[in-house]
Amino acid sequence: MSSTAQSVSIPRLTNYGRVTQLRVARSEWTKLHSLRSTRWSLVVAVVLTIGLPCLFASILSSRWGHLSPGERADHARHPLEVATAGVNLSQLAIAVLGVLVITGEYSTGMIRSTFIAVPKRLPVLWAKTGVYALVVAALMVPSVLVGYFASQAILNRHHILQVSFSDHGVARAVFGAALFLVLVGVFALAIGALVRNTAGGIATFAAIFFVIPPLMNILPSNWNNAISQYLPSNAGRSVFALTHDAHSLRPLPGILLFAGYCAVALAVAAVLLVRRDT
Amino acid sequence: MIEAQGLTKDYGPKRAVDDLTFTVKPGVVTGFLGPNGSGKSTTMRLALGLDRPTAGDVTVNGKHYRDHAAPLHEAGALLEARSVHTGRSAYNHLLALAQTHGISRKRVDELVDLVGLHDVARKRAGQFSLGMGQRLGIGAALLGDPATLLLDEPSKGLDPEGIHWIRNLLRSLATEGRTVFVSSHLMSEMALTADHVIVIGRGKLIADTSVEDLVRMASGSAVRVRSPQAGALSELVAGDGVIVTSPQPGMLEIRGTSAEKIGETAAAHGIVLHELTGVQASLEEAFMELTRGDVEYKAGEEIAA
Repeated sequence: MSSTAQSVSIPRLTNYGRVTQLRVARSEWTKLHSLRSTRWSLVVAVVLTIGLPCLFASILSSRWGHLSPGERADHARHPLEVATAGVNLSQLAIAVLGVLVITGEYSTGMIRSTFIAVPKRLPVLWAKTGVYALVVAALMVPSVLVGYFASQAILNRHHILQVSFSDHGVARAVFGAALFLVLVGVFALAIGALVRNTAGGIATFAAIFFVIPPLMNILPSNWNNAISQYLPSNAGRSVFALTHDAHSLRPLPGILLFAGYCAVALAVAAVLLVRRDT
Repeated sequence: MIEAQGLTKDYGPKRAVDDLTFTVKPGVVTGFLGPNGSGKSTTMRLALGLDRPTAGDVTVNGKHYRDHAAPLHEAGALLEARSVHTGRSAYNHLLALAQTHGISRKRVDELVDLVGLHDVARKRAGQFSLGMGQRLGIGAALLGDPATLLLDEPSKGLDPEGIHWIRNLLRSLATEGRTVFVSSHLMSEMALTADHVIVIGRGKLIADTSVEDLVRMASGSAVRVRSPQAGALSELVAGDGVIVTSPQPGMLEIRGTSAEKIGETAAAHGIVLHELTGVQASLEEAFMELTRGDVEYKAGEEIAA
């Protein structure tokens, strides 16, 4: 730090421009990949999405001979559950990072620098959402594909629980799992923007996704059957279920409903983002 | 150029900024003074659109800050509160801000060098000392080559060399024709840097004047007199707006009249004088005088709001 010049001259800047949505997106991409927490969360999500199906496929293969016919029939009814087993855990890593993308700025004060550079604010929310959704998609589409084919290859050696990618609904379910994770990321980011606090954001997401659904079992079963399918988590999950009973939404309405929840959460977040003091 | 018009901000029942009207002009360093908690930081946040005014208005270079197409080119800001993600390197912090305006990596490199962070630019900002953090904040403020600068306590945490550097920087920025608005709670610091000062206390405007006028306005000049007949002289000059105090035996400090008049009075009455000196109140004293009663908390006692 040797800067004891008598007169400090600031080099003039000739190449600059107005703030555009694309430029803000580039900035958000820099912010996202330059943090260690991002890299770790995404590595965890990839490892879980690929690793768990392989692990479960190995366990099932070695234990298959010891299972009762009833248990085998249960597994055979839901043959894709092995391939999408990782989604249940990786959604948590994706959600935590989604919340952090925005609450990390509030907890460190970075949000003030961000809003001084982009005082209209909304381009920041759109850029964060778009960049994060693209990153999750870019990582999770290959991950679910690898998880599916690797687990099928392991099961294939023992000729159990075979499904073909060309079978009805299989490709939709596998790609649907990746789409579900993208929307989980968007939903969590919107919650982060609403709550503006890391612990609060993660707790809110966990309540909506992991606490409220089992609580529904306390209700009378006809209420539970009527309501549960419309919860964000259950609606979203229908897109990667291979079979659907009378009390679950079809894949398309299910994922559209979940996307609708994401849109509403983002819209409320947008309104508050512009109104609130920082 | 910063223009505030009846600017008011409430946080719940507390009024942080109270009907401020002032103009900060380009080409000079304008000091923004007030005790801690007097509303300086809030005023800057309002100017930058981080908070919304409850009433009144503030513009930067003629527009609301958020309405500028290239905000970083209009205003650069260093806030008192931390404004950097602790997990990101200084370089990436500046790069992310630069990219919102299509500012090049070359410019980021230039600024890293300018603020003296070359050797630590790749280190995470969370590991920075307070002084290094201030330098990074100043780098961010200068990134867009802004016409107006709002710097909240820029010398906080800097070593003497850094404070010297800041002083030169502020002067250079003003000489280049920029608007430089610098807050401080230390009058002595401003005395060396500012040409003009805006003083607030409890959110209200107390003074908007040049540094010299402020000193004159606050406590006027006093005349110090030493005389073996101090008591007699005191009785002769006191009264009619003239205030005499005696800081020590044989010495008087007289306000409200001139050295000439005191000398003439003494001569007319045959009083011997050992000293007759005009004393300027220090800027620090002037500041204390002005903001007395506007300090939110004094040592040991709370002033009821």
